[in-house]
Amino acid sequence: MFKFDKLVFGDAGWGDEFLIATLMTLLVSILSMGLGLFLAIITVWAKIIQNRITRFIANFYTTVIRGVPELLVIYLIFFGGNAVVMSIAKVFGYNKYIELNALTIATIAIAVISATYSSEVLRASYLAISKGQIEAARALGMNKFSIFLKVISPQVIRHALPGIGNVWQITLKDTSLISVTGLVEIMRQSRISSNVEHSPLTFLITAAILYLCLTTISGRVFKTLEVNYSKGFST
Amino acid sequence: MIEFLNSIQNSLIYKNFFLVLSGLDNTILLLLISLPVGFVLALLFALGRVSKIALLSRTIASYIFVIRGTPLLVQIYLIYFGLGSVKFIRESFLWYALKEPFWCGVIALTINTVAYGAEIFRGGIQSIEKSQVESGLSLGFGKFLLLRKIILPIAIRKVLPSYGNELILMVKATSLVSLTTYMEMTGIARKIMAKTFAPVEAFIAAGILYLFLNFLMVQFVKYLEWKYNPHLRLNN
Repeated sequence: MFKFDKLVFGDAGWGDEFLIATLMTLLVSILSMGLGLFLAIITVWAKIIQNRITRFIANFYTTVIRGVPELLVIYLIFFGGNAVVMSIAKVFGYNKYIELNALTIATIAIAVISATYSSEVLRASYLAISKGQIEAARALGMNKFSIFLKVISPQVIRHALPGIGNVWQITLKDTSLISVTGLVEIMRQSRISSNVEHSPLTFLITAAILYLCLTTISGRVFKTLEVNYSKGFST
Repeated sequence: MIEFLNSIQNSLIYKNFFLVLSGLDNTILLLLISLPVGFVLALLFALGRVSKIALLSRTIASYIFVIRGTPLLVQIYLIYFGLGSVKFIRESFLWYALKEPFWCGVIALTINTVAYGAEIFRGGIQSIEKSQVESGLSLGFGKFLLLRKIILPIAIRKVLPSYGNELILMVKATSLVSLTTYMEMTGIARKIMAKTFAPVEAFIAAGILYLFLNFLMVQFVKYLEWKYNPHLRLNN
């Protein structure tokens, strides 16, 4: 039933494969979290400037992506992404077949999903900044860029950290869905190993433990960051 | 105008829409079992979590920790592929349920939503003001009556928005059951994609149906919030 002896490192077992798969999961999570935060900032910006069109587009994007299963979004980007990229390339006169690699597609797909959650967190923490502060900064003659850098972003980071921590956990767990695209991360690796060794229980439990370790450790990291960023504020 | 209608009828999205629609009942069937069972169990688990019996509270806490720390996909695979590979389960009565992808999906979804729901309800129970419990006690309420008349109604009412969120996550989570060969909407969309090589049309048709399902869920939760918060209504 259990073949935990197959988890040794080297050629006899799957230990090193799982280590690489774990690093791949981490890599996809970090890349897509970063890209997702970038997309989220754009989305929040589109929502808070007084422009109906951008606000409509941003609201449409967050509503649709949050109302549709993550798996569907991943399928759509995985199977439809190539066609979109190729049609864009055609506009620029490039007619050859383009294939995006699995890591790129995985990162984009997870980032598109994670950005919708991040944008809600960031928007709420932006709205928590009192208007008086921005007005005061303007009265001091700061330009828009330095207001963003010196007044808005430090406070947004402090307010948003707990929420961003939650989004990180969701993103980390969503990367398991990427296994359907064939990218070898923890989930895919455990399916491969269990097919070879005919012992799904062993490798699925291994996958569960690895995810549990990742979520627990990163949860601790976020707790430390929160304490660090809320120095001088009683919470 | 007629030409336009014909072009819609011949379009792939339109055809796919009805194909995917035939999987809607399977998606709803998953929810119809796992959501009510999950709700009741989540309440019980939340009560166990706040109880003073350390062993019970600790056990439930670690259950919640494990389930919330691992992806749902791992849980579905563990139940579908993992438990199916164990010999004495294949020989026991459990096999009648576990050989069906449908019941594996229901079990996995229930296990998952119970953990999240219990944590939500725990927050609701712990946020109840002590004075309300004390006033119940002073009226001579027993433990059970206190629970039924004061603690649970107030706790559930308070957490309705976040529990509604969890319900929407569950609607989305049913799509993962398609990976165990169960043919609900995502599974059918996937099959259409493999047949027609038109991924965008297939998945957009499914996406519209999921959006609609979630829209209904949001309205349902809004109605519940309206019904159980009469003191917050603007005009009666």
